[in-house]
Amino acid sequence: MKALVFERSLPKFAAARVAGSVSGGLGARVGPLRLADVDDPVVPGPEWSVVRPRLAGICGSDLATVDGKASRYFEPIVSFPFIPGHEVVGDLEDGRRVVLEPVLSCATRGIDPPCEECGSGHINRCHQIAFGDLHPGLQTGYCADTGGGWGLRLIAHEQQLHPVPADFSDEAAVMVEPVACAVHGALRLLRPAEDGVAVVIGAGTLGLCSIAALRHFGGDVVIVAVAKHPTQRRLARDLGANVVAGPDEMARAVRRATGAMMTGDQLNGGADLVIDCVGNDGSLASALSVSRPGGRVSLVGMPGRVSVDLTALWQKEIDLAGGYAYGVEPLAGGRRTFDLAFELVREAGLERLVSATYPLERYKEAIDHAANAGRRGAVKVAFDLRKEKRR
Amino acid sequence: MPRPGFVLDVDRSTPPTLFWHGEGFRLERLPTGSRVVYPPEPVEALGDPDDAIRQALLHPLGDSRPLPDLLSAGMKLTIAFDDVSLPLPPMERPDNRQRVIEVVLDMAAAAGVDDVVLIAALALHRRMTESELRHALGDRVYDAFAPHGLLLQHDAEDPAALVLLGETDQGEEVELNRRAVESDLLVYVNINLVAMDGGHKSVATGLASYRSLRHHHNVRTMLHSRSFMDQERSALHSSNWRMGRFIAASGVKIFQIETTLNTDTFPSAFGFLQRREWEWNGRDRASFLAVSKTLDRTPDRMRRSIFQAIKSPHRMTSVQAGEVEAVHAATTANVYRQHLVEVDGQADVLTFGLPYICPYNVNSVMNPILVMCLGLGYFFNLYRGKPLVRPGGVVIMSHPTPWAFHPVHHPSYIDFFEEVLADTTDPIEIEKTYEERFATDDWYRHLYRTSHAYHGVHPFYMWYWGAHALDHLGGVIIVGGDPRAVRRMGFKPASTLRDALEMAEDVVGPEPTVTHFHCPPMAMADVR
Repeated sequence: MKALVFERSLPKFAAARVAGSVSGGLGARVGPLRLADVDDPVVPGPEWSVVRPRLAGICGSDLATVDGKASRYFEPIVSFPFIPGHEVVGDLEDGRRVVLEPVLSCATRGIDPPCEECGSGHINRCHQIAFGDLHPGLQTGYCADTGGGWGLRLIAHEQQLHPVPADFSDEAAVMVEPVACAVHGALRLLRPAEDGVAVVIGAGTLGLCSIAALRHFGGDVVIVAVAKHPTQRRLARDLGANVVAGPDEMARAVRRATGAMMTGDQLNGGADLVIDCVGNDGSLASALSVSRPGGRVSLVGMPGRVSVDLTALWQKEIDLAGGYAYGVEPLAGGRRTFDLAFELVREAGLERLVSATYPLERYKEAIDHAANAGRRGAVKVAFDLRKEKRR
Repeated sequence: MPRPGFVLDVDRSTPPTLFWHGEGFRLERLPTGSRVVYPPEPVEALGDPDDAIRQALLHPLGDSRPLPDLLSAGMKLTIAFDDVSLPLPPMERPDNRQRVIEVVLDMAAAAGVDDVVLIAALALHRRMTESELRHALGDRVYDAFAPHGLLLQHDAEDPAALVLLGETDQGEEVELNRRAVESDLLVYVNINLVAMDGGHKSVATGLASYRSLRHHHNVRTMLHSRSFMDQERSALHSSNWRMGRFIAASGVKIFQIETTLNTDTFPSAFGFLQRREWEWNGRDRASFLAVSKTLDRTPDRMRRSIFQAIKSPHRMTSVQAGEVEAVHAATTANVYRQHLVEVDGQADVLTFGLPYICPYNVNSVMNPILVMCLGLGYFFNLYRGKPLVRPGGVVIMSHPTPWAFHPVHHPSYIDFFEEVLADTTDPIEIEKTYEERFATDDWYRHLYRTSHAYHGVHPFYMWYWGAHALDHLGGVIIVGGDPRAVRRMGFKPASTLRDALEMAEDVVGPEPTVTHFHCPPMAMADVR
């Protein structure tokens, strides 16, 4: 079958890293990602199905991988070669449409009894992502055995599949996975009855979905969105941000929203909750600087190695928490995050965030578009496999 | 004998016209048939201003007694004076305020008055620095009062230093500086640069609180002031007059001293700014070229420093003292004597160049909001009768309009520009949605009281100052401005005057009539 394959090749990895540092997305032209004809993934048992992707999104973590920027932390928990793509809506062989929940938890690995986290529904915290019947891989799209959304077929465990309502478009369905990330990132630290001001740093897919999630689940919380580009600013406001500020304007915007004072460049108060959807040095430093004493920072954007002054975290006793993937949400009565994401996609009309689709052959253009989505007025870029020949 | 102002009809022989362009100039060729409104030449200054001051205090106007008769041992005397916003540019020493206050203090000393306090009448402006106070008052006055805590700056946010006198018959609350109200005599020392300055506005605005000011510093008042420079047709003036009469009726005793200046505005190095272009001699041309070339090569900060260091040679042309309204009537006549130019009819397009300075950026940065205020607030309103441009017409103004703010002086301006103008430029909507939050923001209040920041609400007032123009005009174009900053304010940027005139035709139609309001120096159009 035709697929984009990411192979282990140190020279190509190095080339991608250099190219990606010149311009986002350039790693696709020189790195380990290539369009190839590969064997179909093998179905390991009756609990598994073949999924033929219809749309498969390009995520920030995919871009980091393609551009050689992903942390070496992932080395033992992925397996090569893998076919990327974990934001997937596809068809089962019986014609039913499904959305993939890509986390490869104990159940998918045939591990019984499951680890403590999987047993309580928090599959994103699975202890066994490098063990069991599958090769290592924290998600479909990073595991050599399962295939991924950037190929014509992948295999999925029954616990990874969510049926798509008939009135859901493919564009709406492909947004469910990133929306689930945003919902989890928001709900992990949100205190709806107490939080007065929340800040969302970044207005790409995760940032915009986080704004929608806060608006949907966060009561009357005042949302300050930090957005760089005009389309992002417009969408941030449309999705429920009360204030939209540029990166240079953030501290002043938070000061105004919270009624805080300043000492030098420091706020004496600040936001109750900050959701960092960027995950770099600057965004984390900003998150800490605009958080109030005793505030909470949720790190949703995938970080790598960052260098940041943690004095504010220490002095203001800020709680910093990661927000990876999804599972169940205690704040929502223990419901699965994916169920909440379906609800939010529908309520907020998030299919509008799908800006462009490309066939697999044009993957270099697609990745370039995704890497420069903000400045090009786009949000989510996806591969469209609906017209691919299935052989 | 100084020549009066006049209106020049531009023909093919007319040399290019000088436009201010912030901290620089542009020479622009206006279309044939345009009109240029030239100000009167500087009127003659008083030969002996100190003696004139003394005579004014001894022979007051209205029903006031001479100042020495109002002074006695044991009394409480407060002398309030205009702040750093006047005059423009700051004048060469000695400043009018110094001259007047020294005479007043001499008379107070002669009468045995020893409870004397000086108050800078800031209203919601920033606090003055020591060097600014020394410049305005002179070292002798400063050193005699400041070290003893007797030189104060009005604090419109100090509840303990304010007193609510009551309300006018229109329900306008009058809340003033407590020391001024509780004094046996309040002497107010003015510099009246334009027709709006002085009169009851001095105390009713300069020593008031936000609670009081909001009754006339609002959009409705500005929309009903046509113009706010014309006392007969100014709702701003009327409100201040109601408050002033209420203050007098409340028992506050005011002795008003007003001084006027001529328009000899720039030192000899900038002499070409004072002359009409076709009368430039070789020295003027050489100075213009030398100054322009030098400025072109000078970094922004240094250019700003050069201009802000200018001390104007303008001199006192009159001084009058006594009862507020009688004094102000005489002052206004003297201001008009210097400023008024008769102009027949309105044009489709009004052009002017904006200088580097306005009342709110002395020793500071002319930010975009102040550009708007200077152009559409002050320049547009420098008329009596009707505006120089017809309803639905276009104003073209020249200024670099950088996206730049003084972080100490104008903190709330930055927020206003980033948050408010990003949402709306409609003064009514701005007033309704945002004013109260900015006006009551504790951070701005803290900076106003303890640092050198304008009050949180001040950028709103700047925007309201242009409300009449925004309501009247069909479009505003800024030549040579930062396009992002210009667009943020809802205006259109143009690279050249020619481009701007073509863009204006989209609004007013082809072959528009054009009037250029020539500045410097300052003038006021009497439009028939």
